Amino acid sequence: MSGYSITEPSLRQKWVAGALVAFYAIVTILPLVWIIATGFKSSADAIAYPPKVVFAPSLEGYVNLFTTQTRQTAEYFASHPPETWYERIVQSKGLTIAGPSRFGERFMNSVIIGFGSTFLSVFLGTLAAYAFSRFKVPLKDDLMFFILSTRMMPPIAVAIPIFLMFRSLGLSDTHAGMILLYTAVNLSLSVWLLKGFIDEIPQEYEEAALIDGYTRFQAFTKVVLPQAATGIASTAIFCLIFAWNEYAFAVLLTSGTAQTAPPFIPTIIGNAGQDWPAVAAGATLFLLPVMVFTILLRKHLLRGITFGAVRK
Amino acid sequence: MSHSVIARAAEATPPGLARRFKGLSDRAIAWSFVAPTIFLLLAVNIFPLIWTIRLSFTNFRANRPNAEVEWIGLRNYDRILTDSDIWQTMQATAHFLCWTIVLQVLIGFSLAWLINRKFKGNDLWTTIIVLPMMLSPAVVGNFWTFLYQPQIGLFNYVVAFFTGADPTSFSMIGSVSLAPWAIIIVDTWMWTPFVMLICLAGLRSIPDSIYEAAECDRASKWRQFWTITLPMTLPFLMLAVLFRGIENFKMFDLVVQLTGGGPGNTTTLTSIDLKREAFEKWRTGYASAYAIILFVTVFGLASIYVKALNKVKER
Repeated sequence: MSGYSITEPSLRQKWVAGALVAFYAIVTILPLVWIIATGFKSSADAIAYPPKVVFAPSLEGYVNLFTTQTRQTAEYFASHPPETWYERIVQSKGLTIAGPSRFGERFMNSVIIGFGSTFLSVFLGTLAAYAFSRFKVPLKDDLMFFILSTRMMPPIAVAIPIFLMFRSLGLSDTHAGMILLYTAVNLSLSVWLLKGFIDEIPQEYEEAALIDGYTRFQAFTKVVLPQAATGIASTAIFCLIFAWNEYAFAVLLTSGTAQTAPPFIPTIIGNAGQDWPAVAAGATLFLLPVMVFTILLRKHLLRGITFGAVRK
Repeated sequence: MSHSVIARAAEATPPGLARRFKGLSDRAIAWSFVAPTIFLLLAVNIFPLIWTIRLSFTNFRANRPNAEVEWIGLRNYDRILTDSDIWQTMQATAHFLCWTIVLQVLIGFSLAWLINRKFKGNDLWTTIIVLPMMLSPAVVGNFWTFLYQPQIGLFNYVVAFFTGADPTSFSMIGSVSLAPWAIIIVDTWMWTPFVMLICLAGLRSIPDSIYEAAECDRASKWRQFWTITLPMTLPFLMLAVLFRGIENFKMFDLVVQLTGGGPGNTTTLTSIDLKREAFEKWRTGYASAYAIILFVTVFGLASIYVKALNKVKER
């Protein structure tokens, strides 16, 4: 790019635009910064007025998040001096650790259900997308639209019969049930996105492989799949983020064994109302992976959020 | 690049693995690839939908599975369409929908328009702006109740800082007049980047040559904006509105965590109302009819809108 372009904005324009966008970005990131900061505040600092920007960092929130605690007498503490740093934090409030909290379990449920459903929906989605992309499937457009339309139903509306169905099949509050459900919900996204990615791979590659004596199936696994790897990976991340964030089905269909983190985190209660440092600590651990993935995905973000309708 | 792929494909000896598939015709592969997806969607979407339609004509209650189920025809539908509380819920939903869309389109488009100036560091700022959109609405919504608390909440304090109002004098989620705006603010915070990204793609799709031609014709910047920029990004903008419209019509997680529908019924959106009927009052038949009405509404509005969108695209 050399020379003068009349459509290029002037330096001053760029400066003003940059400043305005930066201002918006800083305001918009504030709540997230506040979540992370609150996780490192002591309970007193978290509810101070005016809100504290500078505070002495404390791991109280994280300790509360992972443990359950009970009150103890002074005699008990005299005979049981604290041994670790976290016991010391708990004891400074006249409490003692009774055991682990359920957060770890709920977090693991999120991981299992998230990865399980992502694997399945990407696996099935890749197969279907390949078929829709390469073969003459009767009623192709109608089927594709049907797949998309499953996303228009309000989750609560589908939840009624699914609740009844799961109850009679014994799938309520099980990992298998939630994986199946999230797979079905994510299929629309994975088929639509992957079809776009596979459409972009030139057919000539497969044709060359077919001429060399490959079967259609081998051409699919050996030629198309490696070419679609980036697309498959970014689709997988979108599916994972959706399953990770999902709340409506989780809160209605799970209560114990298979409950994921989103319905659990808001229920973290301290001695007096919600324990905000612990909630913030849980939220931080829960949101950070998604933030990292978002940064990794930024090139494909637009495509993912529009089901492949806008490709840039 | 292309050469190496073909070479790689040619070098590998056609193995006997997956011999079972060897004889399969393209047709058979097409069907066996599509079938699992269609089957799963039928089982988890269409079958439940049909079940919901059936239930909607009965007085079934899921908490009493052994009670006798009566076929009551259209009485559920009649009760819903004549219930004034439901119309209030619809109004709350419409208020939420309209304002979130208006604000997100205005802010999102402006941001995209600014980012399109290609200033230094715009990738970094864009990535930061996009973050809220990807996070769990329930977890973030829950934390916003903390930000909204009078006295200790950051939101009230920031508003107080800019306007000079007393931060203890108002409660965003406790007051009947402010609560509908509390949910609009959080939704706008979360989803403006979505509209922004789509608008940005629209703006970037306009070739420079058009502006250059306009510049030669001495069209003012103002005129260029109204005759080139806006009409050419309109299809993108409309697509963004479609997505936001459908999503916010279904809105549940964020608002249920923020206000739980309160105070009173001021922020009870249709999904929250439906959840109460179905899973708290256990009026399953009634809730099924409610769900069907919502589905028909979304589907109907969306199809009309898509027709309009296609017309704009063709122009």
